[in-house]
Amino acid sequence: MPHLKYRELFDAAAPQAAAKDFLPKLKIAAIEHFEALGFPTTRDEDWHFTSVSPIAERTFRPARPAALTVTNEDVARFTYVDSHWHLLVFVNGRYEPTLSRFAELDAEVQVMTFAEALKEAPELLAERLGTLAPAKQAFTALNTAFMADGVVVKVPKGVVVETPIHILYLTDAHAANASMHPRTLVIAERHAQVTLVETFGSLGGGTYFTNHVAEVVVGEGARVDHYKVQREGHEAFHVGTTQATQERDSIYHAFSFAIGAQLSRTNVYSKLLGENAEVRLNGLYALEESQHADHQTFVEHIAPACSSREVYKGILDGTSHGVFNGKVYVDPQAQQTDGKQTNHALLLGDGARVDTKPQLEIFADDVKCTHGATVGRLDEMAQFYMKSRGIGGERARALLTYAFAAEVLELIELDSLKVALERVLFERFIPPETV
Amino acid sequence: MLKIENLTANVGDKQILKGISLTVNAGEVHAIMGPNGSGKSTLAQVIAGHPGYEVTGGTVTYDGQDLLDMDAEVRAQQGIFLAFQYPVEIPGVSNAYFLRAAYNEVRKARGLEEVDPMEFLDIMTEKLKIVEMTDDMLQRSVNFGFSGGEKKRNEILQMAVLEPKLAVLDETDSGLDIDALRIVAEGVNKLKRPDNATIVVTHYQRLLNYIVPDYVHVLAQGRILRSGGKELALELEERGYDWLLETAGASA
Repeated sequence: MPHLKYRELFDAAAPQAAAKDFLPKLKIAAIEHFEALGFPTTRDEDWHFTSVSPIAERTFRPARPAALTVTNEDVARFTYVDSHWHLLVFVNGRYEPTLSRFAELDAEVQVMTFAEALKEAPELLAERLGTLAPAKQAFTALNTAFMADGVVVKVPKGVVVETPIHILYLTDAHAANASMHPRTLVIAERHAQVTLVETFGSLGGGTYFTNHVAEVVVGEGARVDHYKVQREGHEAFHVGTTQATQERDSIYHAFSFAIGAQLSRTNVYSKLLGENAEVRLNGLYALEESQHADHQTFVEHIAPACSSREVYKGILDGTSHGVFNGKVYVDPQAQQTDGKQTNHALLLGDGARVDTKPQLEIFADDVKCTHGATVGRLDEMAQFYMKSRGIGGERARALLTYAFAAEVLELIELDSLKVALERVLFERFIPPETV
Repeated sequence: MLKIENLTANVGDKQILKGISLTVNAGEVHAIMGPNGSGKSTLAQVIAGHPGYEVTGGTVTYDGQDLLDMDAEVRAQQGIFLAFQYPVEIPGVSNAYFLRAAYNEVRKARGLEEVDPMEFLDIMTEKLKIVEMTDDMLQRSVNFGFSGGEKKRNEILQMAVLEPKLAVLDETDSGLDIDALRIVAEGVNKLKRPDNATIVVTHYQRLLNYIVPDYVHVLAQGRILRSGGKELALELEERGYDWLLETAGASA
């Protein structure tokens, strides 16, 4: 079995002696779990349309430290115009202090790398790590077993962090055939607010594998805005799982932008534990050639009177394949649940396809849950309308494609990020001379 | 300016235009009238280059060039404008962006410099007055959520911006109340110049009270049955189309 190779890699790297400490214990349990689970197959309901065999049949050793070749100019390609943002840069999974910079923060706000957190706040890690994202799923188990670095953010009660925190995961040529398992832990206490941007970018990493897990605790009345920008290299594999829990009156907004990787899977899950919590899960993906991107969302309405809003859009060119699976569970106690999910795909390429599966499991009777999905091609009448005004065919298609994406880009509340992602989209879909 | 000779056109296997001949000179206003299904809109769409219509015979010469050989966007760049009967909604593209993109394409084709958004805004301030619109509609998506009257006014606004040599108005009066009709018609009249021409396609005579035609052509069953001066429109208003169809049937 291919996945058993990871046990050997784990045993070769893991310090057995310290197994009494919480972290090695967590990791050992995780690799054992992974051994038992193996990689998912298309027989698994959650992986029906996505075969991970291209990942499973390769062996990605954990990335090794290498001489730093990444420059500030390289970093600038993946940062956004607001240079005052807090920036933590990781290269091939490892934190690079020389490329990072820190904004002024409230003294009580903690932004730590994993290594720092182990030293400075081990009890926080011991208490929280793996509780939101338990090693029940194969890729989460693999991440837990191999996680080497990452970011821990803790915003104490009532503190509003005004400046977004940007976590940038870059890969370079040293990442070839390697795996990175970064981990993010965010804790927003009662009435705290924080905005996080996690960007995954490549500087020529070849075939590598990013397997990211984020755990986000959104306390009572707290608000977390969490943007994920996946711009991995074209040969890369990316699996990312974000799991949040929300207390009463909290807001969690997760936005996923995915344009990279040959094969990617993005999971965003939120559990609404307290009354009147609100979750917004939005996403935009743009694929070309033979790229495959799978998005799964899962909202668990546990408490009453919570709302969930989802808008996902995909643009598929070439022979690309998109998958969207939006799951909503409404607990018998979760009365007055208000859920709305929409998913739209635009097929540009003749060989492109999309598989959409809304999945509603509703066990309460006083609920409002709707979902809508469309798959379409560019409107021919709109193309002719533009041509009849002198706008040529290629540009008309590009403008209409952009217009399709605009609705969901509008949901980005950070202007500089919105502008940057618009540009990334333009670069892909609009011929340069027309910009 | 425009010379159509014995034009035939199909939609799918169905022949809609069965031999149309029409000459339009600079400075003229032509009205094309006719009952529903006569082929009026088809003629307008064929002039604009809609790919859904197949020209099966005849010629169309525009400023000495073979119009049928040009792509729709080239026709627009060369000064042909079609005001749509059903303007298309384009959510996500602002009217300002759309208008400026179109304006710059037409300028490029005329060998002129493109304008930036600020310059364009100055131009728009003038153009908006022609159709009595305010600048807040520039920020709205093209025709998206517009009322019927706003859509038609937006068509005339585009016409005002692009300053076509030959404008074809396809049932621009349909669905308009009298105020909107007046605004649209006055807009068209303000844009009239000795060096441009207008073809007004309409079912009713009503619009022609405001846009006075030099020539009126009655189109039915894919052919022009009769041509005349503006008094022909009044006669049609009085007697309907049936008498003409009967006359045509009797003579055939």
